Amino acid sequence: MTTQNAPASVYRRDEGLGVWEHRGKVAVASYGHAPAVRRWDETLESSVGAYALIAAENALADAGLSKDDLDGVVTVPWGLGDAWGPRPYFDAPYDSEDGLSGATADWVVKNMGLKNVKFTSHGPGCMANALCVAAQAVGDGQANYVLCIRSTGNMPGRYHQTPNQTFGGPGQFTNPWGWQLIPQIAFGFDQYCRKYGTNHDRMAPFVVNQRANGLLQPLGYYAQHRPEGLTVEEYLSSRWICKPMNINDCDLPIQTAAAFLFTTAERAKDLKQKPVYVLNHATQRGVNRSGPETLEETEAYSASIAKKCYEGSGLTASDLDIFNPYDGFTLFFQYYLDAFEWHGVKKGEAHDFYAGDISVKGPHPLSPSGGNNGNGRTRWWGYLDCIQQLQGRAGERQVTIKAETGVAGAFTPGTSDWMVFGTSPD
Amino acid sequence: MPKPGPEPDDLTKPFWDACNERRLIVQTCSACDRKQYPPEQTCRQCGSKENLEWREVTGKGRIHGYCVMHDSRLRLLQEGQPFNIAVIELLEDPEIKFFSHLPGSPPDNVPVGAIVESYFEESVSGQLLHEWKIVDAAPPGVEIGKYLAR
Repeated sequence: MTTQNAPASVYRRDEGLGVWEHRGKVAVASYGHAPAVRRWDETLESSVGAYALIAAENALADAGLSKDDLDGVVTVPWGLGDAWGPRPYFDAPYDSEDGLSGATADWVVKNMGLKNVKFTSHGPGCMANALCVAAQAVGDGQANYVLCIRSTGNMPGRYHQTPNQTFGGPGQFTNPWGWQLIPQIAFGFDQYCRKYGTNHDRMAPFVVNQRANGLLQPLGYYAQHRPEGLTVEEYLSSRWICKPMNINDCDLPIQTAAAFLFTTAERAKDLKQKPVYVLNHATQRGVNRSGPETLEETEAYSASIAKKCYEGSGLTASDLDIFNPYDGFTLFFQYYLDAFEWHGVKKGEAHDFYAGDISVKGPHPLSPSGGNNGNGRTRWWGYLDCIQQLQGRAGERQVTIKAETGVAGAFTPGTSDWMVFGTSPD
Repeated sequence: MPKPGPEPDDLTKPFWDACNERRLIVQTCSACDRKQYPPEQTCRQCGSKENLEWREVTGKGRIHGYCVMHDSRLRLLQEGQPFNIAVIELLEDPEIKFFSHLPGSPPDNVPVGAIVESYFEESVSGQLLHEWKIVDAAPPGVEIGKYLAR
């Protein structure tokens, strides 16, 4: 039987569930990463599948484990980019989309030569989703060592162009007017600015800081290929994509892969790296009243995310050290900051906070990962940074404040998954 | 500006047929007296299917907010860039919201709060689509473009 998406029961969607039953009993033991490039160069050695295997091997090496130790694999089966087809496929194992625009768990197990895997599952859409699945699987005892892998591709040519002249399904009520995710985010941001008396120019310090932090992440795309950084002036003169969203509010599509190894807290103690304990995972699936997501709905979804993250981990805002919500697009980051009340921020105050010292070495190191804006579109940089910060392996990004807890998540306020980490299982 | 067309299905065909008759109808649960748009298989409040019916609405709305598309992923719309995408709330039930290009309103010159009314425009498939035009100015105090700096 081929691997299926995880059942709905895996996800902690509701408020009021209390502390996660496996709080502190599951740990992230290691991570691995592949090279990060702008687009696929059409060589099989740098395909989405090949990168998934590189990331997986690196995560095993980081933990000091062998392939034979692995008994669980979770992947996000499809990448964020476009399909390779209808262009002709290659010889096996690249004779379908599997391995070219995505990597299913079955493809990984087969092509990595894993012989002892008894648990596989998919977390569709985002690494954020798959990480919840992996953590819950270890907590539930379905496997002892679960590798969670996501590769994301960017094919030659313009990203996500849509030639259709007609649309069925939900798109029949949105696409005739060009309403998709980008207008949703731009419209919502405009509503936020009207409500709180702020404006798009006030995003500049945050976006410039994201790029600066990204340059301190050697695994990221910008650090490897575009080390010039971004100035406030460049940001403010960037071309509009959907006003008030400009091109530098969008994260850059890239091709790369990452893997995170989950195991029990007890087993993690015997591995090479310092364990990072999972204190909770949480999920948000908002249902809008009518077509667009209103600002009121966005703020309610964000508040629910924060409430669930805190409730399930037993932490409060004042306990939270490392704060790495999703930022691709930058224009929804403020909802998370307002909702989590990180470092005392209250509703509507995010842009005021951006104007202060949010640098990685300062007292308020906001999004020290640099996020997806600072590293390229993967939706996992926040997770990687939380783990590195809590392990003390963040290099030049290592914060100077306490780094004992952290939160990361992706993607939008309406549809996202989150994880809370700690250096202590208690 | 050419617009993509919808592909009506069993659920949505009554809505699009009404558009072709230049009537704007909205699915309404007679038990809950609650409108829902886009249409759904059941009332999201009470879960009933049998109480759902189509009711004509006034076609009067208000501009709730907007953005200005400069680089759409939809190729058909790219030739009309930049263009407004406004969110319209129905006057008789502001929770019900539609989209509009506000034809005739220059890009980024959108009076949020202004009163609009519906009319119908042909899509590339020949299906009529509901659109909206401004019929009354924005209320006092609304500054056009204030929050979209530059």
